[in-house]
Amino acid sequence: MPKLNRRQLHDQAIRRRSLVISSASLFAVCAGLVLLVPMAPGWTAVKNSFFNWDVLVKTFPKLLSAFVVDLKIFLWSAPLIFVLSLAIALARNTRRPALFPLRLFGALYTDVLRGVPVILLVYLIGFGIPGLGLPRPYNSPYIWGTVALVLGYSAYVAEVFRAGIESVHASQSAAARSLGLSESATMRYVVLPQAIRRQIPALMNFVIALLKDVALLSFIGPIEILRQANVYKSLMANFTPYVGAAIIFLCVTIPVTRYADYLLARQRRERSV
Amino acid sequence: MYKLRLKSVSKSFGSTRVINNLSLEVETGEMVCLIGASGSGKSTLLRCINLLEPVDHGEIWLDDFDIAEPALDPDPIRKRIGLVFQSFNLFPHLSVLENITLAPCKVNGKSKKDAQDHAIELLERFGLADKAGTYPDHLSGGQQQRVAIVRTLAMQPELLLLDEITSALDPELVGEVLDVVRTLKAQQMTMVLATHEMAFAREAADRVCFLDHGSVVEIASPDQLFTQPAEARTREFLARLLAER
Repeated sequence: MPKLNRRQLHDQAIRRRSLVISSASLFAVCAGLVLLVPMAPGWTAVKNSFFNWDVLVKTFPKLLSAFVVDLKIFLWSAPLIFVLSLAIALARNTRRPALFPLRLFGALYTDVLRGVPVILLVYLIGFGIPGLGLPRPYNSPYIWGTVALVLGYSAYVAEVFRAGIESVHASQSAAARSLGLSESATMRYVVLPQAIRRQIPALMNFVIALLKDVALLSFIGPIEILRQANVYKSLMANFTPYVGAAIIFLCVTIPVTRYADYLLARQRRERSV
Repeated sequence: MYKLRLKSVSKSFGSTRVINNLSLEVETGEMVCLIGASGSGKSTLLRCINLLEPVDHGEIWLDDFDIAEPALDPDPIRKRIGLVFQSFNLFPHLSVLENITLAPCKVNGKSKKDAQDHAIELLERFGLADKAGTYPDHLSGGQQQRVAIVRTLAMQPELLLLDEITSALDPELVGEVLDVVRTLKAQQMTMVLATHEMAFAREAADRVCFLDHGSVVEIASPDQLFTQPAEARTREFLARLLAER
């Protein structure tokens, strides 16, 4: 083993001491929770209605298959949001007078839809539009719930794209234009690729939020995971299915969140070089 | 024969007049160096010639065509005029080869294969063949600027504008970039070069043009301008430069 110098020995001692302190405090907190929470007067009731193992085992498979519905809604919403929000960001960026109405619409769109809670959009669009008396496949809550999510999320994501576009330095456009590239070619081949790359960490946060907000559609009909949990809660007079649903969500969102953090950290590292 | 003629060109940013009634002619195959203090309008002049900045007054003739006409579509004109920037402005998300082939493919409609062949030929000529797959962030400043020049040359411009292309470089990297310019001069490329490198201007330029407050004070052969300047303002500028050395 190589002999450590004075500085390394000092650092090693500090590292050891912090390890001891952090383990001790973690142990104390966990022991406190495990010992103190069961001493609360309502613990047995809470344990039975929220953490009932038998109920969990019985309901988990059905919850899992209901979660597939959430994933499907997510998977077709996400690309639609990507396309619509990009279109809106580009519309807000346009300078051509003929496209002024588009620009105005882009501004109005982001202002109005960012100002309304997504759950309200889901209610208004999900109940309102089928209420017009549309014939059968076109009154599906899957369609109008998706529309509500896409409209609501695109307003936010469009702003992310717009910030990305504005963060690409004007000298990049100047270089592209000086080579003879048109305004639209400059946007497509030079500005947008850099803008999107820069905003990937921010976009990942919206991916996570969307994954969770798909559950809002439970209010207008689709038997997705939250509604399934709701059904079980009523059936068994027990809240454990909600905990099961939370566990399933976490199994997906935690890895995605970690991945987003990793991307963010990597970007920060690259920029500091 | 003149490649470029500027007639009484003016350009203001807000209330600041950056180019003031400036006239200048550049012959085909000639290399003109623009010298002058920072803020004398060298960079703005080059950006105006490339139509990146619209001029307020005056005419810019490229061959026998006034490109300052406001109604013209600038894109087909820009591809005939190359501009190399002080800060390189390579596209960081594209490899060296992709940086060079982007405009030939998307503007001139060249096939990818043709554009790449031409790009590699150019890279070889300037000693950069091994960098084709590299990304700009992994190149030295001098290499980045040489790639930027090659990127412009890939469009086969009739006129090359060089905007203080060595100012952002460490001193030991200046030489390799100036060598590229020497090569281009030997090939009779028509060039207008804004520079602080007086030694290079004196050695390589056909004519040197001293700008002050957005107008031409004096334009002459390098020998004449550096040894026997006719104008008092030119003498002052050169004396100040010497004093700083």
